[in-house]
Amino acid sequence: MAKRAEPFVDAAGTRIPIGRTWHWGRWLAGAAALAVFAWLVGLLVTNPYLDWPTVARYLLDPKILDGVLVTIQISVLATVIGLTLGVLLAVMKLAHNPVLRWLSTLYIWFFRGTPVLVQLIFWYNLAFLFPELVLRVPFTDVGLKWDTNELITGFTAAMLGLGLNLAAYFAEVVRAGIEAVDRGQTEAAYALGMTPGKRMRVIVLPQALRIIIPPTGNEFISMLKTTSLVYVVAGSDLMTNASEIYKGNNRIMELLIVASLWYMLMTAFATVLQGRLERRFGSDAVRLVRAGGLNARVLPQQPAPAARETVP
Amino acid sequence: MSAEPVIVARDVRMSYGHVQVLNGVDLTVAPGEVSCIVGPSGSGKSTFLRCVNGLEPVLGGTLRVLGEEVGYELRDGTYHEWSPRRFATFRADIGMVFQRFNLFAHLTALENVACAPVHVTGLPAAEARTLAMEHLERVGLADHAHKRPHQLSGGQQQRVGIARALAMRPKLILFDEPTSALDPELVDEVLEVMKELALGGMTMVVVTHEIGFAREVGDTLFFFADGVVVEQGDPRTMIANPQHARTKAFLSSVL
Repeated sequence: MAKRAEPFVDAAGTRIPIGRTWHWGRWLAGAAALAVFAWLVGLLVTNPYLDWPTVARYLLDPKILDGVLVTIQISVLATVIGLTLGVLLAVMKLAHNPVLRWLSTLYIWFFRGTPVLVQLIFWYNLAFLFPELVLRVPFTDVGLKWDTNELITGFTAAMLGLGLNLAAYFAEVVRAGIEAVDRGQTEAAYALGMTPGKRMRVIVLPQALRIIIPPTGNEFISMLKTTSLVYVVAGSDLMTNASEIYKGNNRIMELLIVASLWYMLMTAFATVLQGRLERRFGSDAVRLVRAGGLNARVLPQQPAPAARETVP
Repeated sequence: MSAEPVIVARDVRMSYGHVQVLNGVDLTVAPGEVSCIVGPSGSGKSTFLRCVNGLEPVLGGTLRVLGEEVGYELRDGTYHEWSPRRFATFRADIGMVFQRFNLFAHLTALENVACAPVHVTGLPAAEARTLAMEHLERVGLADHAHKRPHQLSGGQQQRVGIARALAMRPKLILFDEPTSALDPELVDEVLEVMKELALGGMTMVVVTHEIGFAREVGDTLFFFADGVVVEQGDPRTMIANPQHARTKAFLSSVL
């Protein structure tokens, strides 16, 4: 709240200044909180069993850096799978076709209803159910065949598990975004002769982005850390690699600190990106269209100075 | 007029659940005519208009627009429902202007007008831009081409809405209470554009409360009440000398 600086003036014209108010309660609460914080940090920093040089040594260890890279790769790929599939699921859920609607609901229920850890282990062990993955044209011998154990590594299991899981959550975000677009936009699109698909791509989805984009940043940040679950399927991500190191040297706490520092750094970086994304789309979804998105290829670019000059 | 009528409605019926909205509408619109539809709210005027371009289904009777039974086609002695694509092709020939404008909020005025020519007709972007600019000039908004809907006044938005409909070179334009959501001082600029269109020979069906507009440019006036056409005729005669009790009551309340 703004504070008054201007002095009062009494009937005689004398200026009476405003004195300082001491908020003792605030100072006390602040001091107490700070003391507790300092004590906790002190416990960690001065702990004789914690070897800080080890933390420093492993912070830039090639194996850790490899893990960071893999974590970023899994996060990005899983998010891409999740976003693509999520849009598809949302459109299915809003379709007239009851079979599509029902299937989408079932998918969302299944993937939100089972723990992601269970899903990860399931994908990793897919070979128990399907020793070979075969993609074949029906009723012929034409097709492709893979050994499941070769195809499903920790990396692909993580990408699939996390991506398919995110899709279920993201579908609900997209559906809310689409439903928030005014019905009049759809009517105008139909009245101009657009098919339902075109109306969705050209008119509704670009506007739904304004609602969809902000939570997407959260999903990605959350994904960065969820990838640590990949540890159980040895996905050679940051957490897996950190654990492999501490299994060898028994420096568990030191390596957990190393991993945490990297997760925090990645999160901070993603938060900055998210802020930019939101500033760009939050208030004004349309720029995406401009910036080379859905419509940019076909719609007139702005501005058209030549046209503007023809104004009488 | 000798040409085939643009709209022929016979006993058109429509309901929302148990609420009967259209109880047998009969009307004919000839090419080049400006038909105005007036009537109390809830009389089915807007619903009828939305039936004409297939935004609402006709549940009984027959409605032929531009020579086609709306929503159905006859094959081997049976009527079959149109596909979404068929609906789209049909609607591309019919412009519609909405009460609440319904401009595409994420596009500029120019893009709003160019959108359908690009995405529906398949016009190259450069041509669509030129076309859109021409139509914005026609409604007097060339210097607002790069503004978004929310940066425009209601009257300007509605004029963009009209330009957007015109850019598809429609054979018929439907106006659904085009000035009802406007501040009083903005009504005239929209009516002016509509008058020019009427003078240019556009076939127009206008649901409106602007009796003055109907009197000035209307060729036929239809009075709707309880989902039927209660009275119809030459606007000037009808406004001066209404025959039906409902028409008299309505006109005396709005004039």
